Amino acid sequence: MWAHSRGGLELLFGSVKCHEVDLDSNEITVEKLLVWIRENLLKERQEMFLKGKSVRPGVLVLINDYDWELMGHLEAPIKDKDSVVFISTLHGG
Amino acid sequence: MLEQKLADRDRVPVRSAAAEDLRSAYTTHGLNSYQVCRYSRQLLVPAFGIAGQEKLLSSSILVIGCGGLGSSAALYLAAAGVGVLGLVDRDTVELNNLHRQIIHSEEAIGTSKVRSAATSCRRINSSLSILEFPNGFSADNALEIVRKFDVVVDATDNLPSRYLISDACVVARKPLVSGAALGLDGQLTVYNHKNGPCYRCLFPVPPPQSACQRCSDSGVLGVVPGIIGSLEALEAIKLASGTGEPLSSRMLIFDASLGRFQNIKLRAKNPSCVACGDNPEITEANFHNMNYEAFTGVAMTDEVIRKQVVSLSNSLSCLELRKRIEEKVPHVLLDVRDEHQYAISALPQSTNIPLSQLQKNSQELRDIILDDEKMPVFVICRRGNSSQEAVELLRNSGVNALDVTGGLEAWSREVDSKFPLY
Ligand SMILES: [Zn+2]
Repeated sequence: MWAHSRGGLELLFGSVKCHEVDLDSNEITVEKLLVWIRENLLKERQEMFLKGKSVRPGVLVLINDYDWELMGHLEAPIKDKDSVVFISTLHGG
Repeated sequence: MLEQKLADRDRVPVRSAAAEDLRSAYTTHGLNSYQVCRYSRQLLVPAFGIAGQEKLLSSSILVIGCGGLGSSAALYLAAAGVGVLGLVDRDTVELNNLHRQIIHSEEAIGTSKVRSAATSCRRINSSLSILEFPNGFSADNALEIVRKFDVVVDATDNLPSRYLISDACVVARKPLVSGAALGLDGQLTVYNHKNGPCYRCLFPVPPPQSACQRCSDSGVLGVVPGIIGSLEALEAIKLASGTGEPLSSRMLIFDASLGRFQNIKLRAKNPSCVACGDNPEITEANFHNMNYEAFTGVAMTDEVIRKQVVSLSNSLSCLELRKRIEEKVPHVLLDVRDEHQYAISALPQSTNIPLSQLQKNSQELRDIILDDEKMPVFVICRRGNSSQEAVELLRNSGVNALDVTGGLEAWSREVDSKFPLY
């Protein structure tokens, strides 16, 4: 699967916007993906990305271009070849 | 032919409602011959046509914020022939606005943004009716202003205004076109339309302050808000004229560096939302008591406020710094801004180690202090906030660090006005 970050969040991942992630099993949940990201990808300032088991307020999670709220939130399943995007809401103008 | 049209225009003020006596025996709609000519190229678009233009001419659209987003949004709305255009902003035009805020010109520097924007819009379309709100948008006046309009465009630059505008639109039952831009990224959506979400449905809890980046800190490539503002005008025109499918329950995400637009599907409105849910907590009755700056912990301006954290005995003023430099008192001058900012302008003989690097690797500090533990390290940054963080960090590692109060902005004010400020 592919994990993307946008809206400034990529800065937390060494400015890399796109990560390919090999899943051990056929299907995992967003919750498990967040744990994996915390342990393997997140280079600095975890509080800018995570809060508790979830993402911090102001971050939208998209699974194949669908709001994760429509897919089951933390329980949303992720399969091989899926694309997960983490996007920080912007306020500037 | 053209002369006749211009003469027609001069005889009556060409507003949609006042067009009665210019109506032709040749038409059955409300546009006079001047308006038919003026808007002909969009009348020719089948999905818009006469019906769309008539609706647009009799509609009113409010643009909140006359900055990077509001510039292109207001200019396109003015040109397209909206009936009444509302403009809100309490700021004045500054030199560092002009790279993106294309509605303002050099002559407008120091004058009201609303006045400058209204002048530009009238120059494009003198038949426009413009309502100017130069005192800004707050919980006190929000409902009263929003109620005068059919569609609202959020073109602001800060988090508390985004909650305030969304709540006001929910209470006043107005669709809200919302755009944002920063760096090379843009976002666009329509809130509070039919079954779609409001801002609070998506973001019930505000992000931490540290995640609220501003254009004045993070920068923005001028054309990016221009693109998002143009798209805001498009969505507002669609809503006002009943054309196409508004971007409700969807969000357009623009990545300028990759040249990529992504159109994502958002959740529907949340029945338990405190603003637009079945039992809302935010109502007309308590709206004026809302404090959005307290709720988000962020000020409604783009200004950065400097807080004194380091004790004054561990600080020195820019004038004192100049004296030490002139008297050749041994010291290290440490500039803790990011490299790309240091490249814009810096004091001679300063050393650049960004705060983020200091935080990661305190060993670097040892290298800059050379052999002498007592050697004073004067720490400077742009405004004097990060430098204080660095001073605390360095002092905890036993370094004799002192903060240069107010940073390079203070240097420019107190020592040398020729320092290139940004
Ligand atoms: Zn809501």
